[in-house]
Amino acid sequence: MPFGRRPKEFPDHLWTKCPSCGEMLFNKQLARNMSVCSKCEHHFRLGARPRIELLADKDSFVEQDASLVSGDPLSFTDSKPYPERIAAAQIKSGEKDAVITGSAEIGGNPVELVVMDFDFMGGSMGSVVGEKITRAAERALADRRALVIVSASGGARMQEGTLALMQMGKIVSALARLDAAGLPFISIITDPTTGGVLASYASLGDLNVAEPGALIRFSGERVTSGTVGEKLPVGFGKAEFLLERGFLDQIVPRPQLRDRIAFFLTAFRAASQDVRWSL
Amino acid sequence: MLERLVGSKKASDGNGHLPDDAQLITASSQLAARGSAWDAVQAARNIKRPHALDVIDRVFDRFQELHGDRGFRDDPAIVGGIAELDGRPVVVVGQQKGASTEENIERNFGMPHPEGYRKAIRFNGIAQKFHLPLVTFVDTPGAYPGPEGEERGQAEAIARAIFTMTRLRTPIIVVILGEGGSGGALALAVGDVVLAMQNAIYSVISPEGSASILWRSPAEAERAAKAMRLSGPDLLDLGVVDALIPEPAGGAHVDHEATAKSIKTALVAQLAKLERVTVDDLLSARYERFRGFGSLSEPGATLAPAAEQPWWRKIPKMLGGDHRT
Repeated sequence: MPFGRRPKEFPDHLWTKCPSCGEMLFNKQLARNMSVCSKCEHHFRLGARPRIELLADKDSFVEQDASLVSGDPLSFTDSKPYPERIAAAQIKSGEKDAVITGSAEIGGNPVELVVMDFDFMGGSMGSVVGEKITRAAERALADRRALVIVSASGGARMQEGTLALMQMGKIVSALARLDAAGLPFISIITDPTTGGVLASYASLGDLNVAEPGALIRFSGERVTSGTVGEKLPVGFGKAEFLLERGFLDQIVPRPQLRDRIAFFLTAFRAASQDVRWSL
Repeated sequence: MLERLVGSKKASDGNGHLPDDAQLITASSQLAARGSAWDAVQAARNIKRPHALDVIDRVFDRFQELHGDRGFRDDPAIVGGIAELDGRPVVVVGQQKGASTEENIERNFGMPHPEGYRKAIRFNGIAQKFHLPLVTFVDTPGAYPGPEGEERGQAEAIARAIFTMTRLRTPIIVVILGEGGSGGALALAVGDVVLAMQNAIYSVISPEGSASILWRSPAEAERAAKAMRLSGPDLLDLGVVDALIPEPAGGAHVDHEATAKSIKTALVAQLAKLERVTVDDLLSARYERFRGFGSLSEPGATLAPAAEQPWWRKIPKMLGGDHRT
């Protein structure tokens, strides 16, 4: 054995190994390719800010409700107090909570855009996520815009207990009003989306579309395996499986996502501008 | 800085849905003693506790059970039908646990499959179409997490059930009977009045699940239960439930008759109040009830975002009633 460490051939800050095909990808190249592997088209997870850049027309995004921060309703402590967890996540991600919302245009269509950030405490849904999404839906209703939500979340935030669970009811109530007013809601489901987020708004789009290979399931793998006591088949709970079972309209590769959403929005726009519905 | 406080606008604040004659516990200070969270978990899971059908048979007259989701099968973990409450026809839906291991296997331990939620959605539709009040009984560890559930769209079924209840045009009274386990419970628990039995629990995840994720050991369930504030008095303090229905000394399992009597008293009194409210007002209040949940602060904001006459109040009038079901 040689002494000392061998110099790294592919340092992490420059290169990323594709977990699917093993190809070494140059980070700058990967970012330019929307975090999609240029060899096998594996879709890496995409942060909220790059996602907004990907979807919204250039310079059209205006962030809303950016100052909202979570309280600590239960005075919750596990291995560390909840406020410390939030503070750590804020430093790590540079965001206040697990969702960014705002007004934007997609292919010239006015929308309220909601993008979840899995990097912030696993994209978990607490009071701030619930409030920001509800406000986005209410703005969409008031301004007669479409609502587009990009989900990436482990589910409800345990540290907020039943109040996190209630966010499901809160957001869905607002979606029901949007629906009654004939306004479009497109749900874009990305890797991973599970638990209470999937069991509320993420499943309720007029259209549900997902990215290739995204993990989309109600229960965590450990829960399901624990219940049935066996390993699940490969591909179980992936987007392709859900498409086959009838719970998705389409799987859209990331490079085509913006144009596809723009197409749907344009098609729906005529109906939503019907004078009967205008406030 | 604008601080939004914990809990929703309670039904008792705005709508007078909680009459004195219902004999309810509306503040945790009314309770002589607060048991431990773990005691509540044990009580809520007690196999001798009255389950949905035990309660339905004693509270209602002429209960006719109805079956099936019209798509896949009849899920034994969800029961429901038409019954009379003090002479008034109502639709009843509940999650059903068993009183023995055998019965629990048949009922899947009260864990519904997607077709169970779709059956509940169908019964909700009947309640709306025929202007029958809806009474739901929540008692589940959670929706069934197995692969069959995933294949048939467990998440979508729950989401759709919640969606349907948020705008169901008929009064809804929810009773958390025993265990209120996460989204699988919420799918039956969107109502105008949400009551819980004194020893019921309601949580975002099971204490065991929370312990294994946050403490990395299911053995820490007792600690997790306490931290999650899932017991009746906690839920009252958080505003998640409007009131507790008192249980007989020793707990509901000691005396099913007396338990059913308290539930009936509560339901009859609530319904009498709710039926005097117009459906549009009910829906507005139901929206506000959930709209208010959350604990957050907003540095820089000076005014509450809700307008005095919220825009959404105008919608039902403009539509001439909800144009869809």
